Amino acid sequence: MRTASSARSRWSLRTLGLGYLALLLLAPLLLIFYRTFEHGLAPPLEAITSPDGLHALKLSLLMVAIAVPLNTIFGVGCALLLVRHKWKGNAVIDAIINLPFAISPVVIGLSLFLLYGTKGWLGPTLSEVGIEILFSVPGMVLASIFVSLPFVVRETVPILQEIGTEQEQAASTLGANAWQTFWRVTLPAIRWGVAYGVVLSTARVLGEFGAVSIVSGSRSGETETLPLFVQKQFDNFNFAGAYGASVLLALLALTTLLAMNVLKRKEDA
Amino acid sequence: MGITVEGASKRFGDFQALNDVSIEVPNGSLTALLGPSGSGKSTLLRAIAGLETLDGGRVLIDGEDVSKKPTQKREVGFVFQHYAAFKHMTVFENVAFGLKIRKWDKTKISARVHELLQLVQLDGLAERYPSQLSGGQRQRMALARALAVEPQVLLLDEPFGALDAKVRKDLRSWLRRLHDEMHVTTIFVTHDQEEAMDVAGQLVVMNEGRVEQSGGAADLYDHPANEFVMSFVGEVNRLGDRYVRPHDVSVFLDRDAGDEEAMVQRIVALGFEVRVELVLGDGTEVWAQLTRAELQKLELREGQIVYLRSSQAKSFSDETLVA
Repeated sequence: MRTASSARSRWSLRTLGLGYLALLLLAPLLLIFYRTFEHGLAPPLEAITSPDGLHALKLSLLMVAIAVPLNTIFGVGCALLLVRHKWKGNAVIDAIINLPFAISPVVIGLSLFLLYGTKGWLGPTLSEVGIEILFSVPGMVLASIFVSLPFVVRETVPILQEIGTEQEQAASTLGANAWQTFWRVTLPAIRWGVAYGVVLSTARVLGEFGAVSIVSGSRSGETETLPLFVQKQFDNFNFAGAYGASVLLALLALTTLLAMNVLKRKEDA
Repeated sequence: MGITVEGASKRFGDFQALNDVSIEVPNGSLTALLGPSGSGKSTLLRAIAGLETLDGGRVLIDGEDVSKKPTQKREVGFVFQHYAAFKHMTVFENVAFGLKIRKWDKTKISARVHELLQLVQLDGLAERYPSQLSGGQRQRMALARALAVEPQVLLLDEPFGALDAKVRKDLRSWLRRLHDEMHVTTIFVTHDQEEAMDVAGQLVVMNEGRVEQSGGAADLYDHPANEFVMSFVGEVNRLGDRYVRPHDVSVFLDRDAGDEEAMVQRIVALGFEVRVELVLGDGTEVWAQLTRAELQKLELREGQIVYLRSSQAKSFSDETLVA
């Protein structure tokens, strides 16, 4: 009796969970794919391979290429600081790192605007020495770093806590200095956490809209990333272009996830 | 390489882990740091390795003050209670770690690692990962890893603490044989007095961050410096302010002058030895350790009234022997 009823409740829970996911996540995504290729491959392909489309793709990849490595180095260092060097300021650092999760990206964009704008704190000074942050690539990179900053830290901290310090201590008794211990013992032990953080950061940077939208000025062919491109095509009733770029974005994100799964499976085998 | 610790002190917040501790470990000896948990024995061992920094005092290895030297320069082999195996490396890579750090060439590393794996009886498991080994195998791997770099001293922190009784016993005698062959100065930490006596030639008994007494096993057992050592090293009965070992309690059926009357409460046969639990007239519970032959001669039963004579009872309040 008990097993029968628990089996029934398990099945109804499963159905409920899958149904929820299908309705809220899968259905809209599948619809985008359907709409994109409704009239064949040509229209979306044309939109994406247009000069503006290609530039948007390149710019999005550039954001990933700059923001993700920086956040990875910072994230691992910061996680080590939080876990291995206990002091009172850690709680404050921990809270600050979570800010990008808590604050709306639009607000992040606005705050950068206030800091680097023509009337901002740093804007005029930087402008004098010839550095323009707003409405150009540097501002967009700053926004991308800001929104994706917590991922590597958050994924690495629990793993560092779990592995403890004994392996590192063992390495030091065997003659390894701090640098050798980090590369040979600590980093291999936390690599899957870091990799997962990298994947999440990449997806976040690729998809970021709000913050980048405000600081970039969204000029086609100049300061337009893929999500901004989607928005503009949509506003101009060029649905084929909007859907095509959306699918491209989704495929990029999926590739990142798949790449990690493949690596991980190879590791486990 | 002898090890000397002079006046070592260490606090963790409000807790005084080490309180002016000095020990002398002769070159080539096998010494046990014995004490209950919280006695400071592990902290002392870790301070010798440089894994803890002392608040005061010095550590000397082979006469050289190493107090300021970082762990990686002290050339100590360290074995942790929970193995501290590098989980992402094979057994071979674990043992080779210290040699790679020292930039040995590949063929030399391979030869040395296989030699050590043979020594710890793990040859054939070189390509396994630590997760595929039993606890005893992991600890032997950890020992091979520590020995690979030919350390000046070998430090073991409760090395058998996480293993089951049978494996623990095997590894103990194995460690002793290993030490007889290699003669590397070895200190190991344990809370198990039987283990300490079984393995070590010299014992340092610690309690509440201080050294209570050090010496050979027989010396500590026969001439304990205080109540703590007497009760921690070996079994003991307390009779008022006197202490007596259970095997120094003799049981008689006839009364003699100075004998204490007692009632047999329980008789527990533990193989060759028999544990007779008794209660005195004032309610004090004591036990006597008899052989099977002695028990059969006395024909003891539970509830029987007997007379106890205790030779070798010690009293520490006035530092005299009460015979």
